Amino acid sequence: MTILIIYVVIFIAAFYIVKAVSSMSKSREDFTSLKTVTFGDESAVTPNRAASIISVFAIFAIWAAFTGSKLIPFHVPGPFIGELSFTYTAVNSLGEKDDADVRISVYDVQTGEIPEKIDIELGSGFALNDTAQIIAWRSALIKVKKNDVGGKDKKYKIITINGEPISPSSELFIDDARIYMTAKGTLSLTPYKGWQMQPIWLPSPEAVWSRLIKVSSEGYKNFSLFEHLGWSLLRVIVGFVAGALIGIPLGYAMGLSGWFRGWFDPIVEFMRPVPPLALIPLVIIWFGIGEQGKIILLFLASLWIMTISARAGVSGVNIAKIHAAYSLGASKWQIMRLVIVPNSLPEIFTGARVSMGVCWGTVVAAELVAAQKGAGMMIINASKFQMTDLVIMGIVLIGVIGYAIDILMRIAENYLVPWKGK
Amino acid sequence: MKGLSIENISMRFDLKNGSSVQALKDVSLDIEEGQIITVLGPSGCGKTTLLNIVAGFLAPTEGKVVLNDQIVLGPGAERGMVFQQGALFEWMNVQENVAFGPRMKGMPKAEQNKKVKHLLGVVGLADFEDKAVYELSGGMQQRVALARCLANDPDVILMDEPLGALDALTREKMQGLVLKLWKETGKTILLITHSVEEAILLGERLLVLAPRPGRIHKEYKLPFAEMGVNMDLRDVKKSDGYTETRDEILSIIWEMEEEIMGRTDDN
Repeated sequence: MTILIIYVVIFIAAFYIVKAVSSMSKSREDFTSLKTVTFGDESAVTPNRAASIISVFAIFAIWAAFTGSKLIPFHVPGPFIGELSFTYTAVNSLGEKDDADVRISVYDVQTGEIPEKIDIELGSGFALNDTAQIIAWRSALIKVKKNDVGGKDKKYKIITINGEPISPSSELFIDDARIYMTAKGTLSLTPYKGWQMQPIWLPSPEAVWSRLIKVSSEGYKNFSLFEHLGWSLLRVIVGFVAGALIGIPLGYAMGLSGWFRGWFDPIVEFMRPVPPLALIPLVIIWFGIGEQGKIILLFLASLWIMTISARAGVSGVNIAKIHAAYSLGASKWQIMRLVIVPNSLPEIFTGARVSMGVCWGTVVAAELVAAQKGAGMMIINASKFQMTDLVIMGIVLIGVIGYAIDILMRIAENYLVPWKGK
Repeated sequence: MKGLSIENISMRFDLKNGSSVQALKDVSLDIEEGQIITVLGPSGCGKTTLLNIVAGFLAPTEGKVVLNDQIVLGPGAERGMVFQQGALFEWMNVQENVAFGPRMKGMPKAEQNKKVKHLLGVVGLADFEDKAVYELSGGMQQRVALARCLANDPDVILMDEPLGALDALTREKMQGLVLKLWKETGKTILLITHSVEEAILLGERLLVLAPRPGRIHKEYKLPFAEMGVNMDLRDVKKSDGYTETRDEILSIIWEMEEEIMGRTDDN
């Protein structure tokens, strides 16, 4: 919630700052700037590049600020690390009172250094001084009665902390910590946790980065990072190509022949809305968890999309083009090759882009279920060992690759079907 | 016998709701080689159906089309077509579009190029060979369509409202071009239009079709196409008889339209 509010504040502040800055610089007098009606005119709305850049930076800044990253100078308050102390008053079975001091060192386990035990003197009286160590973000039971004379007696009780009375099942706050007395009279101490996320929930950006460096040089689970990602990509490409090789001719046949359309319409229309993920259990039962099953799953994911797009490409051909080709003396085969196929390319490319996206999503999901290598396997395995940095690294890489695939498809589309939308 | 003859064509087809439509009834027409004929009629009178039958895209229920002693049974390269719009191949450039017909015949590449260059010059698009068709304006696209049709050297050119989608100024220029091509190539041209002016200016013979069922209502023999070959079309429009013919045909068309729509006023 706090993060959301901060994000909204950054959003609004950035808007006004950019607006103020850009109003100072001379505005360009392009055609759009002369339009008086821009609200509702879609063509007048262009993405503000400054907003895009600030948006990306804002996400990183919030991420860094809430994880105590060293990349940026400002952070939200972190957990208390250092030494805590308090004094407790105990009353023994005879009704006598005595004070003792407790000194606790709170340390960050991420650094790998465990501080030495604090040297204390036991002090005098029946209540003796104590010491303890607590890892930041955790709580611990402080068994102060353990070393006290008569501390095991049932009537031996702690009645105040730093002079404030405490009773079982209640809490009180000292500087930088919260103390809770359990029903049985033991003290539980929780140092101040701050606002930062524990690395186990959200590691800092540099932790993710260093994990990336480490995994890319050492690999993970017997396979290098390149192999994990490469295998996922290979499965997608093989599955997609297989789907396209069957789906496109099938789509053409459905677009050109009433028998084919009648025969395959029920199958295609039924299979199309079935999410590929719903097929995973059946594919595992039939083909096992090896490569074969995954490729068949991806084949099925792309097959229907490619079939439908090829069919739409054929149906979408302007009849005047077909008539023109016939009256120019073209044969059926020439019309197929020179008119129908090129005319359907824009539709097929749209289908291919959708299909690649679906395949990429499906392969990660399939690897989550069962795989020895692959991007999905890497992150599900890392999550079992609570290697959150590796999980986040994997998610980012999966996103980057998916985005790259789409960009490549768009470049190929612009190059191969420049007439699209003209 | 050289030329195109349309013999007693009737066209009747069933609709899904059980009723049937008589699109054409007993249409007969003899066209000599080298004539330019325009067909005019209110919408729904079967103009396009007639053209599609001549092109071979539709089979008539009765009658036949004979071209140079051969009965038309399907589409063929000897009957070239120019469509209103959207019939160019966007994935080919201007050169490839125009060379499509010769390529289908297996003409050698060098000969194709020569022919394309010549024809693009004729239609006024010299040096446009490498342009993509979607970069051209509507008028230029129709010039390419004309060149593509001529490249195949057809006996008859069928035009289905070829200038219908163009603006008035471009249209006037293109009308001049059609006449010029007609005279230079000596082709037989059958042109369908819904513009009365265009029909009068371009038709050596002008057929007015009547709707329901589609049939030939009246035929005119006009001098304006021959005049337009050497004269500015605006001057042709000022010549004797033009205005009278136009008014007469307009009133025929209006009457037919009113019959279809029902009279809208009581005057």
